[in-house]
Formats: sequence, structure tokens, C-alpha cells
Amino acid sequence: MDASTKITVRQSGKPVSSDKALETLLYIWAAFVLLIVVYPLYFIVIASFSDPSAVGNGKVWLLPSGFTLDGYKELLKHSNIWVGYRNTILYTVVGTAIGLAVNISAGYALSRRDLVGRKALSLFFIFTMFFNGGLIPTFLTIRDFHLYDTFLVMVLPFSVAVFDIIVARTFFRTSIPAELWEAAQIDGCGNLRFYVQVVLPLSKAVISVLALWFAVGQWNAYFNALIYLQDKNLFPLQLILRDILITNQMQNALGTGEAAQIALRLANLLRYSVIIVSTLPIICFYPFVQKYFNKGVMIGAVKE
Amino acid sequence: MINTQPSGNLQRTYARISRNWGLYVLLLPAVVLLLCFTYKPMYGVIIAFKDFNPVAGIMGSPWAGFKYFEKYFHSYQFSVTIKNTLIISLYSFATFPIPILFALLVNQLRAGKFKRVFQTVTYMPHFISTVVVVGLMMMLLSPGNGLIGSIYRLFGAEAPNLMGSAGLFSSVYVWSDVWQHMGWDSIIYIAALSSVDPSLYEAATVDGAGRWHKVRYIDIPMLIPTAITLLILRVGGLLGVGFEKVYLMQNNLNISGSEVISTYVYKIGLISSQYSFSAAINLFNTVINFALLLLVNWVSRKYSEHSLW
Repeated sequence: MDASTKITVRQSGKPVSSDKALETLLYIWAAFVLLIVVYPLYFIVIASFSDPSAVGNGKVWLLPSGFTLDGYKELLKHSNIWVGYRNTILYTVVGTAIGLAVNISAGYALSRRDLVGRKALSLFFIFTMFFNGGLIPTFLTIRDFHLYDTFLVMVLPFSVAVFDIIVARTFFRTSIPAELWEAAQIDGCGNLRFYVQVVLPLSKAVISVLALWFAVGQWNAYFNALIYLQDKNLFPLQLILRDILITNQMQNALGTGEAAQIALRLANLLRYSVIIVSTLPIICFYPFVQKYFNKGVMIGAVKE
Repeated sequence: MINTQPSGNLQRTYARISRNWGLYVLLLPAVVLLLCFTYKPMYGVIIAFKDFNPVAGIMGSPWAGFKYFEKYFHSYQFSVTIKNTLIISLYSFATFPIPILFALLVNQLRAGKFKRVFQTVTYMPHFISTVVVVGLMMMLLSPGNGLIGSIYRLFGAEAPNLMGSAGLFSSVYVWSDVWQHMGWDSIIYIAALSSVDPSLYEAATVDGAGRWHKVRYIDIPMLIPTAITLLILRVGGLLGVGFEKVYLMQNNLNISGSEVISTYVYKIGLISSQYSFSAAINLFNTVINFALLLLVNWVSRKYSEHSLW
């Protein structure tokens, strides 16, 4: 227990009773926050296994009521969900690979103090964080490049992430000593070889952080797909989810009567189960990589 | 450096460029992509001053001057979109201290398993997609068969229709954002607090400082530089309420409280294809944001020695 020494230092100096009361309040607050964050998510899980009428009547609080797997069975019938799933995986893998190649390389070049024109180039990048052409001019540009409604539009045109470049640059400045490059140069090593054989192997921390940011961003994005895609076979999962969860396309097509009741029940169940199935990969994946995320935020926070 | 001739300087610069040609190769993809897909559209902004016609192209379309800006300023939607954008962003801006408070409290938790679990769990909602969060809100906040409806009925009351109310739109938008991001947004402050030298706390203890005094005189001053940097960035986005979540939350019932500049730009531009009009509204928005950013950065540099650049 390495934490115990710290605690004794803190407590030995302050045996005041008001601190005890504050401590209790603090943990009550923490428990309350946990409840607020976790319960809605837990509720979705149990609702996905419950009879929708039990959910509607407020009978579902801690455990599923009227256990059913109909929502998940319904899920299997919707092929567009699985097409969306496949597309999202492709966009995530290809988009992350492109994003890493583009941004880490740029970040490295900008980190080098002997790069002539460094100031101007930095400005060239940073300016785009605060100023852009806006929706319509960008849309027209994409169309001019014949990228509208293509696979490529989802992974290439918007892969430059200036914030990530800054994070990478900060990382390289603080962890790749200039002496390394000087030594390599004496041995006749060029910039590109140095970058691939020396810099990249030393940069696993920042590469993994940026890869995770990119992957999560790609997995969750829907804006570019909404604007630049028309072909349903190219839709990513999030756009399909939008149809199911928000625009309620299925519900609008319903009539009345018993058949409609059954369809409504399935539509409700489907909504809960689709949330689980689409979010599960991220939630399962996340605790294992959390420390990398935190590290990334800290790398980014170092101000020069 | 001081005594070199101008011509010698030029030669040396050229030598330094050619020696590092590999670095320019590394920069090339990012520069080309930005030129094509970010800078080229900036040039395309001039369609805001033209009667753009896709067949004639940007150059071929006739000039329209400030016609579309005036059209926006005189339209009914001008005051509605500006008002909604300002309400939502100022409201959201007011929640700025929450992650700071959160970090201060987390920092008080004893190191150990509970603290780790607490942090992991509270960061988690940040990773759920906007589409799923809004879908979740629609299901949970439905007064008929959602969780909130059940809770109200438990107390024998009728739940308000949170997702279908123009007046409550900004509250629902902002507080769901707080729910989703407060843990994550606090990380940067928690990192700043973890860099406090422990001997400072020990010295404070010796001097008889209680918990509150340590927070007040050690923790809070430690967070101020980070807070100011983030604050400046936030002000720069004051008129830039994100499109994604607002658009998903919009419906016929709340539209008078939920139409913001970015959703209006989208509808005018891509749904009703009035390209020049949409570009003009967008440009107006960007210019105001940029001006605000410069102003706040300037004020901050003048009075507090903190600035972005």
C-alpha cells in the first residue's frame, strides 16, 4: 500500500471533526454522480430484455420484466444494420490508417526546430482551426473532385486533424532529443529513414493515443455521411441508427390494429437492442485503453 | 548569426531547406489535403457575394454584393436563429466551471480502487455517439413510456414533454451535454492537479491549513492557466453551436427554440439548395466567431498574461 503513507501524513496533521463530515459528503456526492451516469445506461440494458409494455408501465427498475430476446431476434432481420456495421468497420480501419499517416508525419516535421518556414507552416495549419469555408463551399468542392457519394469521401478529404498534429508535435519535441538526429546525420542517415526507423518506434505512446481518438471519432461520426452520401449501401452504422432511433421511419409506416401493435412493440424493442449492439464494442474496448486516452490529454495539455 | 551578409544568409537558408527535403515530403500529404479541402472552399466563400449558379461556376456567376446578407438580416429567421444560438451557447458556457469543480472533488477522493472505478465510469459516456445519446434521451425522457414518465408517475405527477418543448430545449441540450462530458472534460484539470508538488500540501498542513484552505490556496490557483486557455477557445466558438446534436434533437414541437444558425445553414443550403444564401449566413457566423476569438485573446493577453499565441 503505497497510498497509506500519504493518507497518514494528511490525517496526522488534521484530526478535526469537520473534515470527517466533509469526507462523508464527498463520498455521498461521488455515489450520486455514479448513479446518474450509470443508471440510464443500465436501464437501456434491462429494457432491451424486457417486455415493452412492462417498460411503459414503469415495472422495469432493477431487473428485466417479462424477459424476451425478441429485440435481438428482430435485429438479425435488419440487413441494413449489418451493412452499416461493415461499412463503419471499413471506414474506421481505413480512416484511422490514413489519419495517422498524414497527421503524425506532419506533426514530426513541424516539431523539428531546423525546419525552415516552421512558423509560417504552423500558421497555415492552425488558421484552419478557426476559419473555414463553411458547409456549401466545402460541399461544392467535394463535388468538383467527384468525391460525392464515394467510399473515399468518408476517409480522405477530412483526415487532417490539426489538434492531433499539435499533440504529436508536442510529443516529439519533448521526447525525441535533438542529439539523436544529429548522431544519425553523422552516420549519413536521411530524414525519411530517421523518421521511419528511429522516430516511429520511439513513439508508440502518441501513435496509440491518436489511433484511438481517430477510431472513436470515425466510429461515432454521422455528419459527413449525412452530407456526402446518398447510396444506402455506403451508409455507416450511425446513419442507420439515426433512422431507427430518431426519425422513427418504421413507426411512421404503421397503421392501426393488432398487427400494428405487434410491429410497434418490436420497433420499441429494436431501439433498445440496437443501442446495445452498436455501443457495446466501444464500451467493452474502452476500459482497457482508458489510460492511453488520459495520457493523450496530458500530452496535449503541455503548453509551450 | 549577427554578422553574416544577406547573401550568405540566403545561401545558408537554401542549404538548410535542401538538407531537410525529407521533412517537406512528410508535410506534403497534410498540406495538399488542407489546400484542396479547406483552403479551396475558403476561396469558394465568394459565392456568398454572388448569385451562384452551378452551371456557370463560381467565376461565371454574376455578383450580388451584400444582397444575401441583407436578405438574412431582414428575414424572420434572423432573430430566431441568433437568439437560439446565443441562448444555447451562453447557457452551455455557464456550465464551464462544472468540470473544474468535478476535478477538485475527484482530487479529494482517496487514491484507490473506488477512485479508479469512479473515473473510468464517469468518462465512459463521452465515448457514446451523439446519435445514440439523443436516441437514449428520446427513450428515457418520453413522458409516455420513458423512464422519466415512470418516475413522475411514481410520485403521482405528470411528466413534462422534455424533448418536445421549445422553452426547455436549451436546458435539455446543455444538461445532457454535462452528463455526457463532465467527467471527460475534467481530465485535463485532474492532470494539472496531479502535478502539484506534495511538499506544498505538507507545508500547508504544518501551517495548520485545513482541507478547504488547501483547495483554495493551492489547487484553484494551479488550475487557472488551463482554465483561461480553454475559456478563450470556448468564447471563439460562442456562435458555433454544434450542428450534430441540435439537428438530431430537433422536431416540429421544439423547432422555435431549437433552430440555430448551423441547422438553418444546412436546411437553406442542402435541403432547399439556395447555395449563395446559405454561404452568406455561414460566413457571417464564421466572421463573428473569429472576431470574438481575437478580441478575447487580446483582452486576456492584456490583463492576465495568458493567451493562445
